[in-house]
Amino acid sequence: MADHEHDHHDHHGDHGSELSEAQLRVRALETILTEKGYVDPAALDAIVETYETRIGPRNGALVVARAWNDPVFRQALLEDASKAVAALGHISRVGDHLVAVENTPRRHNMIVCTLCSCYPWEVLGLPPIWYKSAPYRSRAVKDPRGVLADFNVELPKDTEIRVWDSTAETRFLVLPMRPEGTEGWSEERLADLVTRDSMIGTGLARKPGEIAQ
Amino acid sequence: MIDPAAARSVADTVPGIPRDAEGPVFREPWEAQAFAMALALHARGLFTWPEWAATLGAEIKRAQENGDPDTGETYYRHWLGALERLVTDKGIVDRETLARYVDAWDHAADRTQHGAPIELRPEDFR
Repeated sequence: MADHEHDHHDHHGDHGSELSEAQLRVRALETILTEKGYVDPAALDAIVETYETRIGPRNGALVVARAWNDPVFRQALLEDASKAVAALGHISRVGDHLVAVENTPRRHNMIVCTLCSCYPWEVLGLPPIWYKSAPYRSRAVKDPRGVLADFNVELPKDTEIRVWDSTAETRFLVLPMRPEGTEGWSEERLADLVTRDSMIGTGLARKPGEIAQ
Repeated sequence: MIDPAAARSVADTVPGIPRDAEGPVFREPWEAQAFAMALALHARGLFTWPEWAATLGAEIKRAQENGDPDTGETYYRHWLGALERLVTDKGIVDRETLARYVDAWDHAADRTQHGAPIELRPEDFR
């Protein structure tokens, strides 16, 4: 294997992964401290998990709210989510292959992520820990309705459930259905209804009555 | 287990932590991991928060003298620098070992197909 500096080749090839210098230093430190028994990776995960909704710009909700209010943007988002999200000025470093899938009364979309390093956290915030677990992933494929029931989501029998497997090439953002009773709402107000779970399809957008006024 | 109150108290004790009304916020996942490591090491009694704040302050000062723009975007780089300084000063690990592990992780990333979880293996240490 050829030696290589910590420079960052700016390509999106199929081979090799990239970790930033900071990511490398964090992993190095964590590995050493774990080996020496100073930290427990599970305890670190638990701390990070308590902040899972507070990492990244968390601007997926604004993307969804814009799509609900602006049919032209909605169309652009469904045609090329990477481009549409980038046009909003959001960071799109991993958004290069972002695909938005739209929920309708006829079809509900759900995302599973087999490759957690490709999760679009810049848009969605951090994934919940369970989302990366093997049992969730295999069950989501075999029994999506059962998984949804676990999250207290019940869909009409004739709604098709489509499961998308996130890959290195393509990451998904679910465009949830706009809740009823939100006509005329501003984007900011609508964004409050958009939960992370609604953007990975394990939840629905909140109803107006479900948020503090 | 780390008490959530401990996390709140560090945000109150250590100056400059990027936060909103509800507590710390992080720009990238690694920042939260670095934050978590400091919490865990503190919980083990490796340092006190005043000691941490002094080390972090020195890191920030050094960076500013070297032209760090001090926009807040680099805050957790300094945090990471302070972590490395404390663990080396306390003799838990030396700089050479740290560098060797950084190189090993870099090697692991290189040989891992894009998108697959990156894991460290013995052969990554050359």
